[in-house]
Amino acid sequence: MQRIIILGGGVGGTLVANLLARKLHAEIDRGRVAVTVVDATGDHVYQPGFMYIAMGAEREQSLRRAERGLLDRRVELVVGDIVRIDESRRAVELGEGTRLIYDYLVVATGSRILPEAIAHFNEEAHHFYTPDAARRLRRALDAFTGGRIVIGIAGMPYKCPPAPLEVAFLIDSELRDRHLRDRTEMHFCSPIGRVFTIESVSEMATPVFVEKGIEVHTFFNVDEIDPEQKLVRSLEGEELPYDLLILVPPHKGAQCVIDSGLAPSSGWLPTDRETLQVKTAPDAPDGTKAPRFPNVYALGDATDLPLSKAGSTAHFEAPVVAERIAAQVRGVEPEATAGTYTGKVMCFFEIGGGKATVLQFDYNHPPRPPKPNRFWHLGKIVFNKTYWHTVPKGRV
Amino acid sequence: MPEESAPVISRTIDARGSFCPGPLMELIRNIREAQPGDVIAVLSADAGSRTDIPRWVEKAGHRMVGVFPRDGYDEIVVETLH
Repeated sequence: MQRIIILGGGVGGTLVANLLARKLHAEIDRGRVAVTVVDATGDHVYQPGFMYIAMGAEREQSLRRAERGLLDRRVELVVGDIVRIDESRRAVELGEGTRLIYDYLVVATGSRILPEAIAHFNEEAHHFYTPDAARRLRRALDAFTGGRIVIGIAGMPYKCPPAPLEVAFLIDSELRDRHLRDRTEMHFCSPIGRVFTIESVSEMATPVFVEKGIEVHTFFNVDEIDPEQKLVRSLEGEELPYDLLILVPPHKGAQCVIDSGLAPSSGWLPTDRETLQVKTAPDAPDGTKAPRFPNVYALGDATDLPLSKAGSTAHFEAPVVAERIAAQVRGVEPEATAGTYTGKVMCFFEIGGGKATVLQFDYNHPPRPPKPNRFWHLGKIVFNKTYWHTVPKGRV
Repeated sequence: MPEESAPVISRTIDARGSFCPGPLMELIRNIREAQPGDVIAVLSADAGSRTDIPRWVEKAGHRMVGVFPRDGYDEIVVETLH
């Protein structure tokens, strides 16, 4: 019996499990292979929808489904907290002392937010990275009657890179509809020297900020929040007063991969950019590659790859992981193209006013976003609504 | 500034495996923990760092010691002023 354990029931973990069940159905049915997903809650959550809760266009109930219902019947689901991965013994320790032994491991444990890393974040700043926080932001927007809105990014990398820009654009649209925009100053703060990490996207988005009258502050790394004066200060010495503060919280990888010695304190797993195998250490400065664990893979937010932390990344990585593990189980070489990740990512980008664009890129081809239009906005809505029937099941 | 007169480096960040804005973010993370007078060297193979880091250093009020081309990467040296 060859045991494949997948840690995490998000986009990446669920899709890898279902693709493996499809590829290895005969082996699973004969009892030669077992595929198990371990998830902390047993619920699959569509996180890109949280932003729409804050924008008043989505409810939490529509964003959460039982993981069991999304998994192929050949896949076992274990609900439990992952405490530690013991790679030397090929074992995963769960809470309450359960140990699961694996031959192949897929780490799809995602990322987590740490608002508490910045003093007064939880009392003063809004965000949209949990349903509760998104609802709280919605209430604050409903109560808003004008003033200064500051939107910023309090740590990189973070989930869904376009999200804070989209939120700025969507709030601008909402305030125009509510006839509050002329009573509102909007500020957008970016930690780097432009509004978005990828230069071509930044070139597309910067004029949108100008057109909407949103003032951009580059190189604004949040240093502290002063709750008495209602000011956010940057490491670079800038101060911005706010009436409504919206910040992307700092993010880290899962604690269990740090505790297992597989990832540094950031929690991002050193990962081979093409095979998605976890590295035993970062590659040497002279380019010499560190050894890869032959049987341990990572995908989605969990990796240290220089790509968007987004479901889309996991979506395009999952077939590569499934191809490679299925080949290893069968003792053959993976198919060269299907077994190589090219860095493909595709995501929608809301501009406000019912328009959006799309970002499609890979390691060698930066995105060239088309002119924003209604088609891509509808595309995003349709994608979000049909997600449950498409992505986790491997239909797209 | 001639390299010979560069101050003694107190910390080196090897960000050669990292892509823009990774090296800048690593520098910022280190500067948060640094003391005034500390000299930090960032090793970066990403061409964007040559412009991004000096621009950030100027805005943040620290001192650019220099960008020194090495074999396949740059050594970017910054003195923390506050």
